[in-house]
Formats: sequence, structure tokens, C-alpha cells
Amino acid sequence: MLGKTASGLFWMFRYLERAESTARLLDAGFRIALTRAGSSRSEWESVLTTTGQLQGFRQRHGEATSTTVMEYLLSDRSNPASIISMVKAARDNARAVRIALTREVWEATNESWMTLDKLLSGRIPEADLPDTLTTIRQQNALVRGATNGTMLRNDGYNFLRLGTFVERADNTARILDVKYYLLLPSISQVGSTLDIKQWETILRSVSALRSYTWLHGATVNPRDIAQFLILHEQMPRSLAFCYNKICDNLGYLEKDYDNRTQACEMADSIRTDYLGRSMEMIFDDGLHEYIEDFLASNSRLAKQITADYSFEVTA
Amino acid sequence: MLGSGGGNGEDIRPAYQAFRQWLDRQPENRVSRKSEQAENFFRKIGITFNVYGEDEADERLIPFDVVPRVLSGNEWRKLSKGIEQRVRAINAFLHDIYHRQEILRAGRIPQSLIANNDAFLPKMMGFDPPGGIYTHIIGTDIVRTGPDEFYVLEDNARTPSGVSYMLENREIMLQMFPELFAEIPICEVSDYPSWLRRSLSACAPPACMGRPTVAVLTPGTYNSAYFEHSFIADQMGAELIEGSDLRVVDGRVAMRTTQGYKPVDVIYRRIDDDFLDPLNFNPDSMLGVPGIYDVYRAGGVTIANAPGTGIADDKALYSYMPDIVEFYTGERPLLQNVPTWRCSEPDQLAEVLDRLEELVVKEVHGSGGYGMLIGPAASKAEIEEFRAKLKAKPDGYIAQPTLALSTVPIYTEQGLAPRHVDFRPFVLMAPNSIDIVPGGLTRVAMNEGSLVVNSSQGGGTKDTWVLDD
Repeated sequence: MLGKTASGLFWMFRYLERAESTARLLDAGFRIALTRAGSSRSEWESVLTTTGQLQGFRQRHGEATSTTVMEYLLSDRSNPASIISMVKAARDNARAVRIALTREVWEATNESWMTLDKLLSGRIPEADLPDTLTTIRQQNALVRGATNGTMLRNDGYNFLRLGTFVERADNTARILDVKYYLLLPSISQVGSTLDIKQWETILRSVSALRSYTWLHGATVNPRDIAQFLILHEQMPRSLAFCYNKICDNLGYLEKDYDNRTQACEMADSIRTDYLGRSMEMIFDDGLHEYIEDFLASNSRLAKQITADYSFEVTA
Repeated sequence: MLGSGGGNGEDIRPAYQAFRQWLDRQPENRVSRKSEQAENFFRKIGITFNVYGEDEADERLIPFDVVPRVLSGNEWRKLSKGIEQRVRAINAFLHDIYHRQEILRAGRIPQSLIANNDAFLPKMMGFDPPGGIYTHIIGTDIVRTGPDEFYVLEDNARTPSGVSYMLENREIMLQMFPELFAEIPICEVSDYPSWLRRSLSACAPPACMGRPTVAVLTPGTYNSAYFEHSFIADQMGAELIEGSDLRVVDGRVAMRTTQGYKPVDVIYRRIDDDFLDPLNFNPDSMLGVPGIYDVYRAGGVTIANAPGTGIADDKALYSYMPDIVEFYTGERPLLQNVPTWRCSEPDQLAEVLDRLEELVVKEVHGSGGYGMLIGPAASKAEIEEFRAKLKAKPDGYIAQPTLALSTVPIYTEQGLAPRHVDFRPFVLMAPNSIDIVPGGLTRVAMNEGSLVVNSSQGGGTKDTWVLDD
């Protein structure tokens, strides 16, 4: 397939994933704001930090409040990292790779864009936020469902899956990066209401509160949460899950093309280095450094994939 | 449905009987409700076009009318025979004009018309395109003035567009009114993409090994016809490429794939000659591929349509088409040409200037309905403006009478109303075959009384039925 097409599929699904992840973060932030209005400012700032938007936000707005953050990350068309901009970017990529998508996937993507374009065109009253965020997730689920149900499992599919999981690993790691201090055993005051709320927020922002409870019962503790988000192989947003999928898809490409690229090697070694350890080792070496290093490795992998599969013209 | 006589409904053409009966049986709101749904359908599938000069993000819909245009089997057979004859002549003309130029030697058309024409590509002299085909795809614009009078308005021999509308208009009619297709015998148009692939593959270049790799070359997602380019590529299972995906590697044109550069055999290009190759043509082109033309001349790739075909659909040559048909086929033309004044000739110019109020004046190199004067609809000032232009550069223009075009009904809130239409069937030419899918693109001037059907000027489209009778 064309390198440009592979690139379009990869980025289309990166944007969809990031848009959805941003919607989850907003949802979690909104809950905190509702329940503890007094200290919601720091929560909104951490949402902005997680999405890498704090600086851009400060250039345009003053204080981080529900209204300003929501507007900036949801419907501000001049912010390339707002949900509406990312849904548009996904749709533009889809349009450019139209022939590599089934009619169902294209129509779901296009309809999702049309629905959200309309939904996010004016000011959204706070009372409508939960519904709005639900619609965003539902639209995304339609695209995902059409992809799952109709796409040929060929190299194109592998590239769109790579986009999905490289982005998802990045998003989960960023959430950990911003909230790592809450997960450190030494600092956490086990059992205080404040921390439980904070921990719940972390789980909510990866839509995993229920599944965590399912596995661990009512005992919320930071070590288990960190383990759940990093090493748990059944948790669909954990780093381990993402890297299993990344290695699988690079493996299919290796077989299909009969070519073991540097990206294949790199993904395997990231999986071994970062996900082949125990939680104790991770804490001993420093959670924060671990996450920073992981984020850097993950973005190096994305660059390597871009180079190995000719996404772009090189001299 | 109505003859040229007007909208009194007394002279319904026989081909429309079955549709009319069906329409009369429909509950009051059904058709208007469906008509509204059609717009959503088109938006959903993204069948839009971008308008030049406006915000690039602005993707517009072309209005769709639910009343089909119907041609009887007999009408179609007559029409398609005439088109086939004309297309054969065009291809023979192109071969001649780029080789021995017998038609010029015979004095049937003036030398100057070729020599001074930008659409003529001297670089094509003496070259035989693969399979001897210049015009793989032609869209012949037809207008009708009476029951048996079809005129050819234009021969689009460069990169005719609109075939996606032919296919999608049928698709939506099938979705909205499936019972119509069970009741009325209507010829299928859905074979077009596979026929296109087949006829392009039949023209693979000498360097091609095995099954030809076919690709559609588009200027990109911002082009007004991008939807169509991706649609055609998708439908025929070909790659959709841009100039930036291509480079010349080892004497072949190759596309950048995830496994390195791979040769392309047949390129169905949707960019103009001028932009194909910055080394051989316009050096400023960002859309083309440096050196592609040299590969083409060496037999490494097929370009469809061939460069230089524009000389055949040039408006300055149009008035000579009856001679061209006769010269190459030895037959009388089956389809008529619209009578045309050549403003380059002084006595004809004088007559045109005298009758500007009743004529249509077209720029020789214009397209898309721009740069055109429709006398009867123009203001005094517009007419004077054209008078000045004509005097300044007479050979830049031709003039034609405003034909008493036949109308077909469209669906409006006030009921059926007559509107002017034209019709573009799509012709596929391969070394041993000429295929015309029974159908085509019917464009309709949605505004009452208007004669301009171009989508960039408020025109719409409708499904076209050829009856299987």
C-alpha cells in the first residue's frame, strides 16, 4: 500500500484516540469540579497539563474554570488540540485515505464529524456537558465498531491499529505522568477521602473505575491502580495491553512484508524493558523517571514506524 | 417528460409513461419527503465538491432532483451509435495530427488552428501511445432540441468529470424508490468501474509485466473533484496517488509504498497536461512528476488520457467536427453539431456583433461555464462588455445560437416544473472496443429559465434512465 495511505490511517486513528481520551479526561475533571468546587482549579490545570495544553490555554484564558477549560478543549476551533479540531483532523485524514476504508467506516467517520460539528458549534451550557461528552464517545464507538466489523485485516488495518495503540499508550502514560505523586506509596495517606476521590478520578479518566472494582473489590489503593494502568494485560488502556497490540501488529506486518524492520525490534525491546518488570522494581527505580522514559521511547517508536514504512518522502 | 412545447403536460414523451403512472400513484408527501432525505444521503457519503476561490474547507453539495431523465432504448441506440462514430473520429484525428497531419494537407482544417493552439503539444509528434489509444475516456455533452434531434455541444477529451454522480445518483434512486426498478426495465450503470479498469488495463505499456498496476492521479484533497477521484479509484480497486507519491526509478514511474518504490503501469490522471511534468511542461507545477513524460515516451507507463488530447475538444476546432468525422470515417456524421460562428473570420464576426442579443458567446479556451455570454439573458452592459472583448480578440471566441433546448421536469414545492438539461454519457475506448454505459450524467439548470447547467453556477443533477425496451 502507499506510504501516504499508511500514514493517513495511522494518524486518523491517533486523532480519534486522542479525541476520545480528551473527552474522558474532561468527564473526570467535570466530576471533580461538581463534587469539590473549591479545589477544582488544580484539577482543571492537571487536565490541561495531561493533554499538553496548559501553555496554550494560558495564552488565551486566565483562570482554569469549568467553562474556560471545557471551551478550550472541546469546541475551540483555533486550538488544534480541541476535540472538535481533532475530530476534523481524523475526518480529513479519512477523506485522504478514503479508498483504504470501507464505506461503513468512512460514513461513520464523516457522520461523526457532521454530528459533532453541529453539536459543538455554539456555547455548551454546563448542564449539557455530560450528554455532549457521551455523544463524543458514542460517535467514536461507531467508527471503531464499523472498523472492527468491516475492515479487511490487511496491512492497512495493522497501521490503523498501530496508530490507535501508540496514541493510547501515550495518553495513559501522560495521565500517570501528571498524577504519579498520588500513586507513590510513601506520600499517599491511605484511606483519606481526598485521595480516594483523586484515585477514582484517575480510573475514571481511563474509563476503568468499574473494571478496577470488579478485580479488586472496594479497596482502592495506589499500588494496585498503578499496576492496573501499567502492567495489567487485560486492561485495554494499560501500557502492557497497548504494547502487546503494537508488537502483534508489527509482527503481522513483518510476516506480510517478509521484513523485520527496526520498528519491530524497537517495540519488542520497549515491551521487554518497561513491561517485563514487577511493580516493585518500577517503584524502586522511580515511577516518575520510568514514565518519562517510557513516553520518550514511545514517541521514538512512532518516528521509527514513520521511517520504516515510508510514511513521508525522503530525499 | 415534456416536449419542447412547454409545461402543459399534453405532450409527454412515451419513455416517461411508466414513471408518470408510478408518480401519480404516490401518496402526497412521499416524494417530497424522500427528496429531502436525498440531501442527507449525499452529505453522509461525502459526495461534495469544493468551490474554487472559496474557503477550502467549504464542501458543497450539488442539488439532486428525484425525477429521472428517461431515454427509450431506441433513442439510446441511435445516440450511442452517433457517439461511437464521433469518438472513433476523434481518436483517428489525434493520431493524424500528431503524425502525418493528412487533414491539414488535405486543407480540411486550417493550419493556423493547430499551429497557434496552446492545446496542441508538439512533444507528442511521432509518438504512438500504448494500444494506439489517445482518448481512453471521453464525456460527450449532448443537448436535445426535439424528439429526434440530438446535438453535440462539446467533446470532453481531456479529463471529463461527473461519472461518480452517474453512479451515486442511481444508487440513491435505488435506495429511495426500490420498487421503481422492479416495475420498470432500466439498464444498469454499475458496470462502469470494472469496464474502466478493463479498458485501462488493455492499454498497459510495453514495460508492464503481468497484471497491470492501475492508479488514479489526483491533485489532492483540496481539488474540487477530489470526491470523484477517490470514488473512482475505490470502485475499480486502484491506488489513488498524488504527484508527491511518485518518482522515476530505473526508467519506470514508481509509487512510494510501505515496502519501498513499486512501478505503476497505467495512470488515469485527473490533472491537466500542463501540470503533469515540471521538467517537460510547466516548470512551476507542484502536482506532477519530474520526468514522467520521458518514461511515457520510452514505453514505461501509460498516461490516460494521453497528453495533447485537448486539441480535439478545443472550441476553436469544434465547428470543424463534422468535417473531421467525415474525413476519418468516410461517413456522414450521425450526430449534429450546433451551428457555430467562428469569430476569427471577419464576415462571421460581423454577423455575431450584429446579433449579440440572441447568441451565446463562448471563450475558445474557457470551461466550467465561466467566461460566457448568454445574449438573451444578459444586460445591456454585459453585452457591450463582450462586444469590446470580441473586437479586441476575435479569435478567442465562438458564438452559437441559443437552441430551443428541450426541458425535463424537476420536482419543486409547487409540483413538477420544466427545466433545461444537458447530458453527458461516458465513453470508454480500448484497442479493440468502445464501451458506453447505458446512462450518463444529466445536469439540470435548477433556476427557472436558466440555460447554465454547470455545478459551479447553480446546476444540479438527476438520475438518467435508459429503458431496456
